[in-house]
Amino acid sequence: MIKVNGYPTKEQVKTKFPKIEKLVKPIAIIECYQEIPCNPCSTSCPVNAITIGEDINKIPKIDYDLCIGCGSCVYSCPGLCIMLVSIKEDLAIFQIPYELLPVPLTGEIWSGIDRSGHQICEANILKTLKNKQSDRTVIVTVSVPKEFLYDFSTVGCKL
Amino acid sequence: MDKFDLVIIGGGPAGLSAARIALEAGLSVTLIDRSISLGGQLIKQTHKFFGSKAQYAKTRGIDIANILINDLDEYKDRLHILKEATVVALYKDYVITVYQFNKYFKIQAKSIIVATGASEKVLAFENNDLPGIYGAGAVQTLMNLYGVLPGKEVVMVGSGNIGLIVSYQMIQAGVKVKALLEASDHIGGYLVHASKLVRLGVPILTRTTVKKAYGKNKLEKIQTVELDEQWNYIEGTETEISCDALCISVGLTPLHQLLSMAEIDMIYVNELGGLIPKLKKNYETSMPRVFACGDVTGIEEASSAMVEGKLAGLLASKSLGFIHPEFELLEKNLVEQLNNLRQGPCGVKIRLGLEKAEVNSHD
Repeated sequence: MIKVNGYPTKEQVKTKFPKIEKLVKPIAIIECYQEIPCNPCSTSCPVNAITIGEDINKIPKIDYDLCIGCGSCVYSCPGLCIMLVSIKEDLAIFQIPYELLPVPLTGEIWSGIDRSGHQICEANILKTLKNKQSDRTVIVTVSVPKEFLYDFSTVGCKL
Repeated sequence: MDKFDLVIIGGGPAGLSAARIALEAGLSVTLIDRSISLGGQLIKQTHKFFGSKAQYAKTRGIDIANILINDLDEYKDRLHILKEATVVALYKDYVITVYQFNKYFKIQAKSIIVATGASEKVLAFENNDLPGIYGAGAVQTLMNLYGVLPGKEVVMVGSGNIGLIVSYQMIQAGVKVKALLEASDHIGGYLVHASKLVRLGVPILTRTTVKKAYGKNKLEKIQTVELDEQWNYIEGTETEISCDALCISVGLTPLHQLLSMAEIDMIYVNELGGLIPKLKKNYETSMPRVFACGDVTGIEEASSAMVEGKLAGLLASKSLGFIHPEFELLEKNLVEQLNNLRQGPCGVKIRLGLEKAEVNSHD
């Protein structure tokens, strides 16, 4: 249980994903499982795809059809719980927030890590992005085999 | 003896916010803080903040500190800042004694806002005085202010937001966090903070605490033990973890001592962390023209402390005859912000505590 061990079950994770057909372009996956007073994801979205409302404790709701995959919410979320996900052929492409050193470099292969901290696959580093808006949070684009769509959460170390 | 209109004790999020509003309202302000720089605990917070835009959400704590400090600049003609100055005593005749640069002196205040914040609670276990055993605040100071690592392999005790955040900051600094112990049966802080740690390989052990520390001259290992539902040790569940640092983060308690010393009416509210002053609706204590805000009135997040500081500054100014030009709008807005921050499930304890405090403050 996430309240006890700190990570969600695969069933919980799936509730935060759209139908797989929607993932032809990057979509924001918001893994917010708890009502906390926080709303930057919603206020940072340029197309109002994310709704929280007057009570900032509510869990964000995203309209997958409106999401343009810009990534503003990814670096705006103080909980680092949002990533962009898309599927390209047999690969799942993730754009994840990353705040550790060293920063992965394009072309490197890193370990792919699941939500409980276990290494599950290899992850190809496709791109890293850091700009003024992201405020020292790096957005790392990685690809992993599609079968890890609901398992991959971050990269661990360079292999 | 120098005489001052409004003395604010403590330059953290609450004190800085109160100062800004009181200056806007036209008061002259003396802000006293014991540290080298203003900002309180904000200057050690490298993470992006929660809340909403009005409380600088998604801005890193250190940057919020700079915003609040710079916000005072335009009023420097009416603002007097004493840094590295510790308020040692507060007396019933509005005399405040201050220790600064090896000098001990008295000042006389017409009115006072106490925003002293909180201090960390300690945990009793065998050998808890070994070098290498720190409070979470000390670890943050070492790492984030002075660039010194607390150790190579650390165990954290406590899964409140501070324990979770400091663990993450230690990982960012290159420290191995071997485990996070939590005495209760669930994680205390925000789950998004916990998830960040777990995916980086930190096991969170609920119903577990530290029983004993070992080491000759400094910490070498700890013994953990599992707890039953009444938080008693379960014999036979002891396990050892080797580590050169142990970080204790088991909650905060209001720094009430100045208020207690002036014999201001206090009340013990467990949900708010300990002894807090009984407050009137305008944040005034039982001593006329002495106000209090921020963690000294009950432990909450820094976001709430900022809003409460503004509100206390606004209402204190009014009581002192300085009505802020946007009083009504501000009051409504700030009350709404506070309610919004506290109204969710994470605010249950705070709401309960505030109810207890309020019932007891009006009798």
